[in-house]
Amino acid sequence: MGYVLSTEGFDRTLAKLGERYRIFAPVLKAGEGRFKDTDVIRYDYVRSLEEMELETRSDYSFKEILLPISETLFFFTEDQIREANLDETPVLVFLRSCDIHAVRRLDQMYMGNGANDDYFYERRKELVKFVLIGCPASCENGFCRDMGTDRTEDYAFSLDVKDGKVYCDVRDPELEDAFRPCAEGTEDVVPQSPGESDCHVERPEEVPLSIFTDAMWDEYTKRCINCGRCNFVCPTCTCFTMQDLFYTDNGLVGERRRVNASCMVDGYTTVAGGLEHRKKNGERMRFKVLHKVYDFRKRFGYDMCVGCGRCDSVCPEYISFANCINKLNARVKELEVE
Amino acid sequence: MAGKNEYTPVSSKIQKIIRHVPGEWTFRFTYVGPVKPGQFFEVSIPKVGEAPISVSGIGEDFVDLTIRKVGKVTDYLFDNYDEGDSLFIRGPYGNGFDVEDFEKGEIIIVAGGTAVSPIRGVVQHLCRANPADTHLIAGFKSPDEILFKADFAEWEKLIDVTMTVDGAPEGYEGRVGLVTQYIPEIPIRDISACKAIVVGPPPMIRFSIIELVKRGFNEENVWISDSRKMCCGMGKCGHCRIGGKYVCIDGPVFRYTEHRALID
Repeated sequence: MGYVLSTEGFDRTLAKLGERYRIFAPVLKAGEGRFKDTDVIRYDYVRSLEEMELETRSDYSFKEILLPISETLFFFTEDQIREANLDETPVLVFLRSCDIHAVRRLDQMYMGNGANDDYFYERRKELVKFVLIGCPASCENGFCRDMGTDRTEDYAFSLDVKDGKVYCDVRDPELEDAFRPCAEGTEDVVPQSPGESDCHVERPEEVPLSIFTDAMWDEYTKRCINCGRCNFVCPTCTCFTMQDLFYTDNGLVGERRRVNASCMVDGYTTVAGGLEHRKKNGERMRFKVLHKVYDFRKRFGYDMCVGCGRCDSVCPEYISFANCINKLNARVKELEVE
Repeated sequence: MAGKNEYTPVSSKIQKIIRHVPGEWTFRFTYVGPVKPGQFFEVSIPKVGEAPISVSGIGEDFVDLTIRKVGKVTDYLFDNYDEGDSLFIRGPYGNGFDVEDFEKGEIIIVAGGTAVSPIRGVVQHLCRANPADTHLIAGFKSPDEILFKADFAEWEKLIDVTMTVDGAPEGYEGRVGLVTQYIPEIPIRDISACKAIVVGPPPMIRFSIIELVKRGFNEENVWISDSRKMCCGMGKCGHCRIGGKYVCIDGPVFRYTEHRALID
């Protein structure tokens, strides 16, 4: 059912939803950017429409609700092992179409790769419902349309703010009662989806084995500083590293965590004894790029990258992921001719 | 509801420690359940960390894990645990070897150093099921670093064993030289049908396969076992991925023809 609400009405809806759910949405954090006097848009808990940043894409994705940057899995006390507790309040996550498509990729890795599902991911996922933020226009560096992620019907409800009115298409019947009493009226609501983008990519369907060692990656050995920001902002990057620690005040007590990992950062492949694969940043770039637009598809049948464009925007060396995909495609065509 | 928590480490008692050489010991961990040679366990020491270790022996109520003291977890294990102590393991993970695949026809197994671990169970099986056609080439760095000496003494009575060391002090009576040097000497009746398993450090695998192919081996008949950094063991953490494959769930045992298309 589609609802039209005033912004005050929608806040009343949020208040009603807030009785059952925590609300996790993009928020503009003034002055909290990584450079002096810059802002950052990242996810946080909110209570009102006003607190949400709905104009500009978030710099970091929603994914920390499912994959916290650092997540304690177990607590250790002497000979006891205790699983970490979890706040079991359900969560409504506000995100855009590309990011809802990213959720499918996270599910694939954590609940659809190998015989064992990931318990810690699963228990968080069960508590989460997704709210689609409509996109009136394509965002900077975004190429969702080319990746086929610019639309979705997989949401609990949608949110579009136009001319001071809020439009919601409510699909989850459990949530209807929060809208009905607060709405000004009902009508068919279709969430906005972005139109044409300035940014386009063409992906190669197949790649020759020689592309893995091709000289095209040398450029990135020169330019990339392996900071890993592209991985940390990516809504589809899922890698983590285990980290055990003990408390300095009492060495008998400690915990096991998992922390977000980056295939661009040193140490990603290093094993005990020091053996390391992919030492050059160009090789790491190749590993990442081919995963996003080729290797993942070979395994699961669809591409991992959702075209959100965050990695382009965050790169301190101005490396464009979209350009890289296009260069890859061009190079593959050249190799085919050769 | 979320299913079983596969990350929960399980308490296991160290039944026995076999000290082969100072930095390489076999720990016999209590374990009852299905497990195959070539699979691995995560040895889990709370507050220290986890390390993936290949299964080197299987018994009714135990698995043997042969461990090199080479990093944070293994240092702690060697320095703080003894027979009778309990620690934690989880697994087994990975595909492992299907030993039945190697019961018929001739087979060469080439193994270097600690990599004898994943094939030890295969050799034990073939000593019973296919002794006449099983050839083992095992290489160690030096006479001081030879592992599984008791096993080799046993195996030599049943199958063709070529044990070699990379280098030895003067007066050493055994074979000296790399494993690759002995591949051409193994008597094989039908090269095109002969199978091979190659496990060891990556350069050893690469050069052994070159020798096998030179002899006329069919690449389809060659298996290898790989290893990588692995934090989860179940296809989640991402560290062991090469191309579209995860070493922890698609391997660590691969057909060579599949593995050569994986570029790190």
